[in-house]
Amino acid sequence: MATPLQLGFQDAASPVMEELVHFHDHALMVVYLISSFVLYIIITLVMMKLTNKHAHDSQEIEIVWTVLPAIILIVVALPSLRILYLMDEINNPHLTVKAIGHQWYWSYEYTDYKDLSFDSYMTPTQDLTPGQFRLLEVDHRMVVPTESPIRVLITADDVIHSWTVPSMGVKMDAVPGRLNQTTFIPSRPGVYYGQCSEICGANHSFMPIVIEAVPLKHFEDWSTSMLEFT
Amino acid sequence: MEKVASECPARRVTKLRATALRRAFGACVDRLAEKMADMTEKIQNYRTAPFDARFPNTNQTRNCYQNYLDYHRCNKALAAKGLDVSPCDWYQRVFKSLCPVGWVEKWNDQVENGTFAGRV
Repeated sequence: MATPLQLGFQDAASPVMEELVHFHDHALMVVYLISSFVLYIIITLVMMKLTNKHAHDSQEIEIVWTVLPAIILIVVALPSLRILYLMDEINNPHLTVKAIGHQWYWSYEYTDYKDLSFDSYMTPTQDLTPGQFRLLEVDHRMVVPTESPIRVLITADDVIHSWTVPSMGVKMDAVPGRLNQTTFIPSRPGVYYGQCSEICGANHSFMPIVIEAVPLKHFEDWSTSMLEFT
Repeated sequence: MEKVASECPARRVTKLRATALRRAFGACVDRLAEKMADMTEKIQNYRTAPFDARFPNTNQTRNCYQNYLDYHRCNKALAAKGLDVSPCDWYQRVFKSLCPVGWVEKWNDQVENGTFAGRV
């Protein structure tokens, strides 16, 4: 989850998010280099005493400031495209979960074997126990097994919502009448939070998403117990 | 998936005894039986809906709907020929994995009432 005054990304919990963080670090370094170079040039130009009223053209500098930006763009674009294609790779998922957005809660369906479906409402602030996170906790989390490709099919029942878990690097709109697919692989066990990312009415800020990634055996126990419970 | 129902060429059969059927359809029935055994194994080892190259993109609406249609069409086609409808279970597993429960219930009601828009 995000912490107050946080500037950077949350810790990555999937291989794709790890790649995105590394790419972001790389692109940001390019941005710092260009910005500091430009700032230096501007300050130098303003502070120096030399003036030249007769400069008309210069082939050399024109070539440099055409070729160098092209190289910089390639240096940024190649890793970017690599990750774009990585995200699109065909992986046969181990599990399919459906996430359906309602006003103002999510519901999850696990129907590969038996029919398991449940609603996931935000825990109201007055009902939180010490150590829980305000506006992020839910009554029933979406539990998934670790190190398995999970396919999530996202749709909505009423208005457009958006399902996201930043630490997994996934975000997908929940559109009524449409089934949007995204996949992710939880690398490690843990609890990962997200919030609805498309304005959907009065309680748009109060319908969070919580994923609990657990080893497969625990996932099987959980789904058995949920089937008995619901 | 292969069209199971139309594998065997249409032949006029007057007697429905096993020997007459085997003479009429011969190797075709053996191939069909083999395919159905493969299908049963595929259904038993089912984990979740596999990647379908017909629907490679983000929008999987048609994937869900197509499998629902194929399930009903498969049932109708195999039942009409008097064949075992268990190969159609594959389509059912896939649409159950992909389609939201609410959509399936709505479509089932429409099929029952005769108001379903698709051709089943």
